[in-house]
Amino acid sequence: MTIGDAAIAAFLVAVLSCMMPLLLAAIGETVGEQSGVLNVGLEGVLLVGGCAAFATTLATGSFWLGFLSGAVAGMLLQSLMVLLAVRLGANQIVVGIGMTLAGAGASSMFYDWAFASSRPRLGKPEGLLPSMFPILDAPSAWVPILSLHGMSYATLVLAVLTSLWLHRTAPGLRLRVAGQKPAALDSVGGSVVRTRSFAVLFGGVMAGLGGAYLAVISAGTFTPGMTHGLGFLAIVATMLARGRMALLVAVSLVYGLFVATGTVLQLTSVSIPSDVISMAPFVAVLIALAVFGGRDSPSGRGLPSGRGSPSASGH
Amino acid sequence: MSAAIDLLLRTIAPILLALVAGGAILVALGADPFAFYADVLRLGLEGSGWQQTLTAMAPLLLIALGLIVAFRAQLWNLGYTGTYLLAAAVVAGVAPDLLAVMPFGLALLLLLVISIASGAAVAIVPAWLKATRGVNEVVTSLAMSFVAIGVANLLVRGVFQDPTVSVPQTRVLDLGLMLPYLPSTRVHIGFAFALAAVLILHVVLTRTSFGLRIDMLGASPRAAAHAGVDVRRLTFAVFALSGALVALAAAVDMLGLWGYMRADWNPGYGDKILPFVFLARLSPLGSIPLVGFYALFATGGTIAAQRAGISVDILSVYVALVLFFMVLIEALGSRLPFGRSYLRRGLIGGWR
Repeated sequence: MTIGDAAIAAFLVAVLSCMMPLLLAAIGETVGEQSGVLNVGLEGVLLVGGCAAFATTLATGSFWLGFLSGAVAGMLLQSLMVLLAVRLGANQIVVGIGMTLAGAGASSMFYDWAFASSRPRLGKPEGLLPSMFPILDAPSAWVPILSLHGMSYATLVLAVLTSLWLHRTAPGLRLRVAGQKPAALDSVGGSVVRTRSFAVLFGGVMAGLGGAYLAVISAGTFTPGMTHGLGFLAIVATMLARGRMALLVAVSLVYGLFVATGTVLQLTSVSIPSDVISMAPFVAVLIALAVFGGRDSPSGRGLPSGRGSPSASGH
Repeated sequence: MSAAIDLLLRTIAPILLALVAGGAILVALGADPFAFYADVLRLGLEGSGWQQTLTAMAPLLLIALGLIVAFRAQLWNLGYTGTYLLAAAVVAGVAPDLLAVMPFGLALLLLLVISIASGAAVAIVPAWLKATRGVNEVVTSLAMSFVAIGVANLLVRGVFQDPTVSVPQTRVLDLGLMLPYLPSTRVHIGFAFALAAVLILHVVLTRTSFGLRIDMLGASPRAAAHAGVDVRRLTFAVFALSGALVALAAAVDMLGLWGYMRADWNPGYGDKILPFVFLARLSPLGSIPLVGFYALFATGGTIAAQRAGISVDILSVYVALVLFFMVLIEALGSRLPFGRSYLRRGLIGGWR
């Protein structure tokens, strides 16, 4: 590996470190939103997922087990949204704010209780195929790409599969109908509640994976409140992409490039204040929304729905 | 069961259940919940505790008002965190200069006006996007909150940075230039100001046509428009008022309690007061005892948690538990036949 390769690898890792947690969380949020549930508690789910993944990876030494535990933890917290909002018809925003508080509070408490005195860190994750390099004798330009953790590739695969599921399959169509015309799904014998429950739990898995990526791959540790608004950024990115997965990947990539470039520039004389870097995506989103307007959202989004209930009509 | 008792029960039950569930968490972490709750009460009430509790209530009441105004109109202004922090940065940044060059009363008035302007400016962006571009205010007010937080930190690290210290913070306000205390207490007059604001807003929301229009907008924007309400103008007015009230909380807090603002500081008032605002059924008067309870719990709980060797973030968990039990009781209550749901459409029945 030459110095050029090392620099490319470092930059690539920096880009993916920012991009992947955002993309994972936003894929999950997209599925939830398409089914008619706006989850503003994503920040809490990311934190819980990250905390669980970190603790598991630290205990077992396996990054993949860490991801599994992050996904389970995210799904567990998200099941509150299923129970209270989807099943019992409570307001999604109120439940979401509770999830943010619960997730942030619980993960911080757990960290304090388990790690505050030792403040452990994880080692570097293994690349996808580290042992194959000598055999492959790959051109050196490929080395940085092949040395990434497998979850980076899995995320992109998940993005493609989710897109196919939403737009090319019957279950995906049903899911989008649950978001846009719950009554229509109801009238053909589908269950809005079951469809939304599944979508929300899937969102929990993805956000849990996103938090896990942030903790075990990007940061190599968990610290309370480490997301710094990434969950809200994912909500905003989801709104911007309006269910189109390619756009979501593009938005996440631009964000990753932006943050990584900002970090690189801080090493030079042209330094951008970190406050500007952290607020710029939100400024960009507000401008985009001002320009393109709000032709967004499944119209049934945010409304509770029960079979035969008046609210199932989406009004 | 009479309606009043039912109401009281539904307000208190979520808090009691949260205390029980939170106690179980304390046990799991190896702490003694009874000692913790005794500490909370002692630290929050005894000695100077009650004065700290009342001082903490001042900004919390004003933020609660800001949330109540918006939520009554079914406008989800979730930008309270950024609104608070930007106003805090601006007030803390300019206060030392203003108070130095002009009489106290005039400077104070000017500072309040500045904070109102900063709060309204943050809130007006989602209002504009909703009223003219049809963009949902939940996401835009959240995004605006992060923009405001960024600007606040830039200001504190930039023009408002105290050059004499190395940490990024504003100049510390001279103790003699802060809000005076109420007679024979150590509670600054911001508390009385907040109480007065609660009373005024209660009258405005329940006894004036403006309040009625807000409730109509909350009940149904289409019906409100049909009845001759200028929905667009009212949306702007509600957002601006909501932002202004949250910003006033910051001004009162900076001038009365803290005296300076540090970069990346965030007390997180809004999220924690939100469940109690709903428990108060979006009534300004009703928010006084509930905000008082949270102020007591937070004041005593911060030190009690340290004593028990537990992260202060347990307060967030308690608030979340209150919220979940409230939602659960409300949702089950609206299905089971124990009376009509007490809440406005805000909590049950979704949003637009």
